[in-house]
Amino acid sequence: MILLFEQLLNGLQYGVTLFLLAAGLTLIFGIMGVINLAHGAFYMVGAFAGAWVSIQTGSFWGGLLAGLAASAIVGIVVELGVMRRLYARDHLDQVLATFALILIFNQSTVLIFGRQPLFTSLPEVFSGSIEIIPGLPYPTFRLFVIAVGLAVAVGLYLLINKTRIGMLVRAGASNRQMVRALGVNIQGLYTAIFGLGALLAGLAGVMASPIVSVQVGMGDEIILATFVVVVIGGVGSVKGAFVAGIVLGMCDTMLRAFLPGLLQQAMPGPEAQALGVGISSMGIYLMMALVLLVRPRGLFAAQG
Amino acid sequence: MKRLLTSASVLVALAVPSFAEGTKIGVITTLSGPAGYLGEQIRNGLKLGLDATGAAYELVVEDDGRDPNTGVQIADRMLNEEGITLLTGIVFSNVSGAVVPEVTDAGAIYVSPNAAPSGLAGAKCHPNYFVVSWQNDSLHEASGAAAKKLGYTTAVALAPNYQAGKDAIAGFTREFGGEVTEIYTGVEQSDFASEMAQIRDKAAQVVFQFHPGGQGIAFLKQYQQAGLLGSIPMVLSEPSYDSVILKAVGPAAVGLTGTTHWNADFDNAASKAMVAAWAAAFPETPLTTYAQQAYDTGLLIGGALNTAGGEDVAALQAAMKAADFASTRGNFAFGANQHPVQDWYLTAIEADSAGNPVIVTKEKIIEAAGDVYAADCKM
Repeated sequence: MILLFEQLLNGLQYGVTLFLLAAGLTLIFGIMGVINLAHGAFYMVGAFAGAWVSIQTGSFWGGLLAGLAASAIVGIVVELGVMRRLYARDHLDQVLATFALILIFNQSTVLIFGRQPLFTSLPEVFSGSIEIIPGLPYPTFRLFVIAVGLAVAVGLYLLINKTRIGMLVRAGASNRQMVRALGVNIQGLYTAIFGLGALLAGLAGVMASPIVSVQVGMGDEIILATFVVVVIGGVGSVKGAFVAGIVLGMCDTMLRAFLPGLLQQAMPGPEAQALGVGISSMGIYLMMALVLLVRPRGLFAAQG
Repeated sequence: MKRLLTSASVLVALAVPSFAEGTKIGVITTLSGPAGYLGEQIRNGLKLGLDATGAAYELVVEDDGRDPNTGVQIADRMLNEEGITLLTGIVFSNVSGAVVPEVTDAGAIYVSPNAAPSGLAGAKCHPNYFVVSWQNDSLHEASGAAAKKLGYTTAVALAPNYQAGKDAIAGFTREFGGEVTEIYTGVEQSDFASEMAQIRDKAAQVVFQFHPGGQGIAFLKQYQQAGLLGSIPMVLSEPSYDSVILKAVGPAAVGLTGTTHWNADFDNAASKAMVAAWAAAFPETPLTTYAQQAYDTGLLIGGALNTAGGEDVAALQAAMKAADFASTRGNFAFGANQHPVQDWYLTAIEADSAGNPVIVTKEKIIEAAGDVYAADCKM
C-alpha cells in the first residue's frame, strides 16, 4: 500500500514535468503549426544555465532565475532568427531546421561546458525528506516539483481563460488564419508564445537539474515522451497537455514498477523481467495508438 | 607580421601529422550523450598510453553515439575505405557486440579498452579480438564476492536492460550466492524514483547497481535524496563509482563500498607514471578506470607496434598475444580467450581532508581470476 502510494507520487511528479514541457510545445504546434523538435533544447538550456549559476553563486534560487531567463531569451532569439522563416514552409522543412537546431545546441553546449555532466545540490529548504504517511519518507524537493507543476497549471488556466492574451491564444489555436485576418499582431503573439513555451521548458529543466545529471543530450531523452503527450492531449490544448501529461506519467511509472512483478506470477523470473520492461517501455506508445484509434485528433483537440 | 607568423605556425602544426609515418589506429567511441565523458576518458587515456611507448601512430577518432548501427557504419568506412587494420575504443557492449565481428571478419584486429560482452568471450572468441579491461561478468563477480564477504545474504540488483546490464547481474549473482531480486532499468532512463520505491519495499540487506556514466550520477543522487543512503548499504562495481561520478555526487558518496581492478593509489611504477602524465595533460579532469584501461590498451598496442615494426596484422597479433607490457594494475595476463586474468580489490569511499569522496584501496579479494566463458573458447 505504501509502495503504491509512493509510486503514485512518483508518477505525478514525472507527469507534471511532462506537462511543463508539453504545455509550450502544444501551443507552438497548435498556434503556429510548427513542429519544434528543438523544444528539448530549451529544457537543456534551462538546466545548464540554472546549474551553472547555482554552482557559481551557491544559490539554487539564483540558478532558477537564471535558467528561466536564459531559456526564455534563447526561445525568443530562436523564434526571431529561425522559426519566423519556417511558418510558411511545410513540415519537412520545419523538422529539418529544428533537428539542425538540436545538433547546434548540443554541440555548442559541449563547446561551452564540455562533456562532463554538471551537478547541483538541492536548495537547503528542500534537501530533506518528510514522512507523508508513516513508513514513507518522501523527498521534499519532489513534492516541491509537484507543487510548482500544479501552480503552473493553474496559472496557465487563468492566463488562457481569463485574459485577453489568452483569448488570442485560444483563437489562434482554433483558427489562426482568421485571427490574422482580424488584424491581430500575430508576429508579436507568436514571439510571446514561443518565449513562454521555452520558459516553461527551462523551468522543467531547472527543476530536474538537482535530481538527474545535467548533461548534453538530456533534452533528447524526454522530448519523445513530450510529443506523445501533445498528440494524446490534442494539438493546441493546454488542458489536454495537462491531463495527458499526468495520465502518461502515472501510467509509465506504474507499468515500470508493477508489470514485471505481476508477470512473475505467471512465468519464470528473468523472462518476466525482460517482457515486463519491454512492455512498459512501449506502454505510452500503445496508449497513444489506442487514443488515436478512438479520437484521431487527441483527447481535447483545439482545432475543430 | 605577427598574424602571418601565427597562421604559418598553425599550418605547420596541421601539416605535421601527415609527415609522421605512424600506423593508423581507428578509435570508435561514445563522445556524445550522457555517457560522452566515457569516450573522452578513453580517447585521452589511449593517447597517453601510446605516447608512453614512443610508437609512431595516428588516431582516427569517431563518435558512435552509443548506437550499434552508427558503430558498424564507422567500422565499415575505416576498414574498407581508409584501410585501417587496427581498431579500438568502444565503450558500450551493445556497440561492441555489433562492431567486433565486423572487424575480425575483415581480418583486422580489435582491442577492447572497455566493453567485453559475454557473447564474444566464449565460443565466438577470435584470435584477432583482445580485451584489455575485463570480461563484463568478472567486473561484477568481484562485487558479488565483496557483498558475500561482508556477510550479506539478500540483495537487490539493478542494471540497465541491455547486454552489459544482464552480464552485470549474472556476474554479481554468480559470486554472491544469496537471494537476489533483479530490477532492470531503461538504457536511457535518468529518473529512478520508481526503482527507489521498490528498493525500499524489498528491504534487502544490500543494494548492487550497475549504471555507467550520467545514469550512475543520477542513481546515487536519488538514492541519497530518497533517504536510502543511510539505511541500506550499497556495493558497486567500478563503472558505477568512477571518479567523475564521485565528484558529481560529492560528500554523500562517502561510506559506499566498491570493487575495482585498478585504483589511483596503486603503488607501481606504471600506474604512478600514468597518474603523473594525466595530471600534467588534464589537470581539470579526474582520472577514471576508463582512462586507465585505455592507457593499458595504449601500452599494449604501442608495444606491439614497436615489436612488429609496423601494421602487419599477423605480426601485431602475435606481439599482442604475448601481453608483454607493464600494466598499471600490476598483474596482467591473457586467458585462453584473450581476456584478462587479473586481481580484484575491495575499496572504500572515504572523505579526504576537504570532505570530498576519495577511493581508498583496502584489500585484494580475488587473485588471478579470468572469466567463466574462457573454457568455451577454442581458438
